[in-house]
Amino acid sequence: MARKVTGRHVAISTLAAWLAGFVIFFPILWMVLASFKTELEAFATPPSFLFFHWTTENYATVQERSDYLHHALNSLIVAGGSTLIAMLIAIPAAWSMAFSPTKRTKDILLWMLSTKMMPPVGVLVPIYLIYKNMGLLDTRTGLVFILCLGNLPIVIWMLFTYFKEIPKDILEAARMDGATIGRELIYVLTPMAIPGLASTLLLNLILAWNEAFWTLNLSTLNAAPLTTFIASYSSPEGLFWARLSAASTLAIAPILIIGWFSQKQLVRGLTFGAVK
Amino acid sequence: MATRQTQLLARALLSPAVILLFIWMIVPLALTVYFSTLHYSLLDPGSESFVGLENFEYFLTDPAFLASLQNTLVLVGSVLLLTIGLGIPLALLLDQPVIGRNIIRLMVIAPFFVMPTVSALVWKNLLMHPVSGLFAWIATSLGMTPIDWFTDAPLLAVIFIVAWQWLPFATLILLTALQSLDEEQKEAAEMDGAGPLSRFIYLTVPHLARPITVVILIETIFLLTVFAEIFVTTGGGPGLQTTNIAFLVYSQALIQFDVGTASAGGLVAVVIANIVAFFLVRIVGRNLEA
Repeated sequence: MARKVTGRHVAISTLAAWLAGFVIFFPILWMVLASFKTELEAFATPPSFLFFHWTTENYATVQERSDYLHHALNSLIVAGGSTLIAMLIAIPAAWSMAFSPTKRTKDILLWMLSTKMMPPVGVLVPIYLIYKNMGLLDTRTGLVFILCLGNLPIVIWMLFTYFKEIPKDILEAARMDGATIGRELIYVLTPMAIPGLASTLLLNLILAWNEAFWTLNLSTLNAAPLTTFIASYSSPEGLFWARLSAASTLAIAPILIIGWFSQKQLVRGLTFGAVK
Repeated sequence: MATRQTQLLARALLSPAVILLFIWMIVPLALTVYFSTLHYSLLDPGSESFVGLENFEYFLTDPAFLASLQNTLVLVGSVLLLTIGLGIPLALLLDQPVIGRNIIRLMVIAPFFVMPTVSALVWKNLLMHPVSGLFAWIATSLGMTPIDWFTDAPLLAVIFIVAWQWLPFATLILLTALQSLDEEQKEAAEMDGAGPLSRFIYLTVPHLARPITVVILIETIFLLTVFAEIFVTTGGGPGLQTTNIAFLVYSQALIQFDVGTASAGGLVAVVIANIVAFFLVRIVGRNLEA
């Protein structure tokens, strides 16, 4: 770092960057503040920024009136379940393509990527009708299934790029020492793959938690995860801003925290390894 | 080393994923193709009959299609312009020596993790409400008339919401790319007497060309299917002003229950997405060999 950086330069860019960051973050901050206001204060003009009567009653109301926990549990089951199943299918596939590549591996990978690019509306009609006939509409099973398939290509891709980085020499050394494939998998590969597995898991948890096409179209009440639950606040009679804010704050808080931890992997996962 | 046994094992491990994705891609798509050739309405069961390409003709000549195609293009184009136009300076700024960069980065990335239904409703109500929204208060304080966003400029309102959600993505990718720019290269250029401007033009811009392409392609794929933001704010209206192709197909399928036309529309959406996907797959594929 031989480059000279003047104090003024640092001061100006720091100020500008904090300002930009604040503006971008502001809608979230404003929502969190509104969640601690009374409905009247949330609606008031001029708005009060910090000096209002802080209350947590909205959080209690959200749970009492609309059974928030039920929908949070749905989100957890749907996002967690679909991610875990996708991982179970993807780990062997990615492992196989990364360590025993064939001539067709590249084509298979690109084909998998292309399935992710199919717009969901292209298959909305058949999926809806199939679900209707099989009684899968508004069930957690149905949502787990569709989100799992929808995210499978991304999971495989992320795992593939991570596995690809594990040096092959280590495997060969293990094989020379007489390790079987099973032992190789457990004692050599798994420890090296854990960081990649963890970030793949986190990113896909985020994507599944926030998925809002299939969840809105295939769930109404029983299986409704938080995306669908929050959408119910769009009806005119549901316009309670403080309550909406409280429900929203609860809905995004866990994912915001996970997201902040996995932001580095986000770039890699969402660009299919094209930008690292 | 690749014995027959390992080869077999590798194939066995790969096949569940391939088979599942194959079924997931082929079965619904084949059904969509099949339905698109039928007169098939859920409101009128039992009346299914083969009509050839009539649904496509109906869908493509429907004024709603042209309107929604235009809305789709405006939405995708504007959001790309906003996210990249703001993302480049923002990434450059965050690449500077800045005090508390990690905290700022957390604030900048945050909107990306907010579920679409939340961001849409928070913007629509808390910020863009014509009377009690924060923007209205700011406008009034500055002596201007508040904009009634969802009546007077509904598509623009949707564009702002979606751009807010995707700005972090563009910024983060561009920032990652900037940080991978070799520090030594920058120093060498500086020692050779290159000023900040020429360093930017000859070093930074070429380096950013690829990540920008990646951002454009990936965002386009997701932006073509924007749905939840429209669903919870405008329901496609007023009139058709915020109906994009995705929402049009949805409303034909699940509001008007016209399976045939909706399927034809779904296939049109697939074709449009495939044009973008073609280029993205090529870029990613080139990267795979390197």
